[in-house]
Amino acid sequence: MARALGRVLVAMSGGVDSSVAAALLKLAGYDVVGVAMRLWSAPGSQSGCCSLDDFADARRVAALMGFPFYVLDFAREFETSVLEPFVAEYLRGRTPNPCARCNQFVKFDALFQRAQALGASFVATGHYARVRQSATGEPQLWAASDAAKDQSYYLFGIAPERLPQLLFPVGELSKREVRAIAEQLGLPVAHKPESQEVCFAPRAGYAALVEQLAPDRVRPGVILDEESGTVVGAHPGVHRFTVGQRRGLGVSRGEPRYVVAIDPESGTVRVGTKPRTLAHGLRASGANWLVAQPPEAGTRALVKIRARSAPVPVLIEEASAEGFAVRADSPLSAVTPGQAAVLYEGPRVLGGGWIEESWG
Amino acid sequence: MRIYLDHNATAPLRPEARRAMLGALAEERGNPSSTHALGQSARAMLEDARAQVAHALSVSPGEIVFTSGGTEGNTTAILGAALASKKRVICTTPIEHSSVLRPLRLLADFGFATHLLRVGRDGRVDPQELRETLRAGNVALVSIGWANNETGVCQPMAELSAVCREQGVPLHSDAVQALGRIPVKVALVDLLTASSHKFGGPAGSGILFVRQGTALEPLLRGGDQERGLRAGTENVPAAMGCAAALRACLGELSQAMPHCMKLRERLWEGLADLPGVVRYSGNSAEFLPNTLSVGFGGIPGDALVARLDLEGVCASVGSACSAGAAQPSHVLLALGVDRERASQVVRFSLGVENTAAEIDEAVRIVRSVVLEMALGGARREQWRVR
Repeated sequence: MARALGRVLVAMSGGVDSSVAAALLKLAGYDVVGVAMRLWSAPGSQSGCCSLDDFADARRVAALMGFPFYVLDFAREFETSVLEPFVAEYLRGRTPNPCARCNQFVKFDALFQRAQALGASFVATGHYARVRQSATGEPQLWAASDAAKDQSYYLFGIAPERLPQLLFPVGELSKREVRAIAEQLGLPVAHKPESQEVCFAPRAGYAALVEQLAPDRVRPGVILDEESGTVVGAHPGVHRFTVGQRRGLGVSRGEPRYVVAIDPESGTVRVGTKPRTLAHGLRASGANWLVAQPPEAGTRALVKIRARSAPVPVLIEEASAEGFAVRADSPLSAVTPGQAAVLYEGPRVLGGGWIEESWG
Repeated sequence: MRIYLDHNATAPLRPEARRAMLGALAEERGNPSSTHALGQSARAMLEDARAQVAHALSVSPGEIVFTSGGTEGNTTAILGAALASKKRVICTTPIEHSSVLRPLRLLADFGFATHLLRVGRDGRVDPQELRETLRAGNVALVSIGWANNETGVCQPMAELSAVCREQGVPLHSDAVQALGRIPVKVALVDLLTASSHKFGGPAGSGILFVRQGTALEPLLRGGDQERGLRAGTENVPAAMGCAAALRACLGELSQAMPHCMKLRERLWEGLADLPGVVRYSGNSAEFLPNTLSVGFGGIPGDALVARLDLEGVCASVGSACSAGAAQPSHVLLALGVDRERASQVVRFSLGVENTAAEIDEAVRIVRSVVLEMALGGARREQWRVR
């Protein structure tokens, strides 16, 4: 029975979503192999190794549901594809999106290679997203049915040829339903709280991590108020700022100020009032398309410029294999270089890229 | 059918050990330190186990300390010998087990320095270098593993021992992987660590040999058990299991060695022509007869071990974290293997109960999996180019 549906490698974090994903596939008759991905060990941790606790819950779910479970090492891939760019991006005055990068390069590339090694025909995760077939049989990436939980934004970087091998068993469910299933199956993770979105950042935050990993590359500078044209303060490093940020700017009087732009060369953080953070146009590079051809100029679509923002209607001004530029109908707030811009047609993900600049 | 090729991790419990332990558990229970009849009977069993172990190792019973295993033995030997000495340097190698290297890190906080002897590409220590190091003075203890768990390389213990004797420095050896696999001449060293489950005894049980007259501060303090070297009520069934397993294991060592070696070479011959294969363990007398460490170019060791498990073959990655993921092995890195290749290393470690038929089946499985993975890799490269 298991043979008929084939072997599926399920990436398991020990959380309720991936646990239910694995359990549902097992119940459906797949030959399930659970895998926990060892991505990195926190600096200063004495063992230099992930703790058993991190994966103990996933292991318990595997034992309960009766499928094998392994921890595989992805530390090298994670370091080169996620961690190093994460630090470099912050030092360049940009705001990286490590989850999207991890999905693109580690989960949906390196993990697929391991799946092949384990003889699996499919890869599954606990992401809230869907893979649907078009009328012509073309696989498409769709947002989750539960819009509030949708994670398709983070998945735009999946190589299109991987889509037919991908399973998102919880993509049609709501979080409530997922928890209910976990409870019904008696999974020990049914009531586990949500995890943070960035798994590797220490409590002290991203800035501390950057300072820890690249202490000699941190660049102090000044905060320049674009409204008055004057220097209003000094800061210990551009990596502490994100476009659109309001807190911690040391500007307390008058109209609120926001970070408008960051110049890593001079170390200058430019701040201004709200209107200066708005833009209609944006350009993204490093595009990944989940459609046969990049959309033609003049095509209308929706764009999401961060995971939790509502999609905004745009006109695609140009799109190529490398990147795209769009013009939004209504102003986009705090378009942040380094974050992903993901294009949708309704619930369907067309593709996405990394934000380079914005204007107007 | 499962084919168990992971004896360096743990060996199956020997029937002799099981019988001895069940026998001990069935007895009425007393504390060996109690003076009443039940205590005396427990004490008798414990001392009987000690005498058996001492006899098997050709040492005196008073030189055997029962421990909870290899880690306790190594920790006690290293911390205990350092604290008992006025000298401030511990001399060891970079390819030791972490239960040797980590206590040394702790000692650094208490004013002790660690001197790491170089190991050659063959993984062996040069006795002349040891001599020069000891001549420089201030060395409290030399600690050198008898045989390495990852590569199976064995150290020239007779020569190293002669150097230590000549320079008057105590010598400790972590013989966890050696005892029961090759002849171990305990007379060569002053302190020796062994672990029962590696030779078919129970886990959580071990032996520390302490040569009479060796200065050693106890790690566990409290009661006077084990001549004051290891406080705590003794685990009599474990000591009985340890003794029974050791006797049985050493009794058949002269047959087990050629048996394992023959099967190990049979396994290697079956894999030697696979693409990108590298052998990290040798086939000479300087290597454990049961250990084959190999890497297959481009195939991550932990994924290969997982796949082999799905196909019914139990093996290990060269070095694993507590959760089981491959770690770049400090042993292979010290031998000059790069991080990527080190992460590809898979260790097959054989035991006396393995059969030629099992090895042939293991060869068939490993071959088909490695070839499938290697072909998959080629397909992947094509994708990339496209």
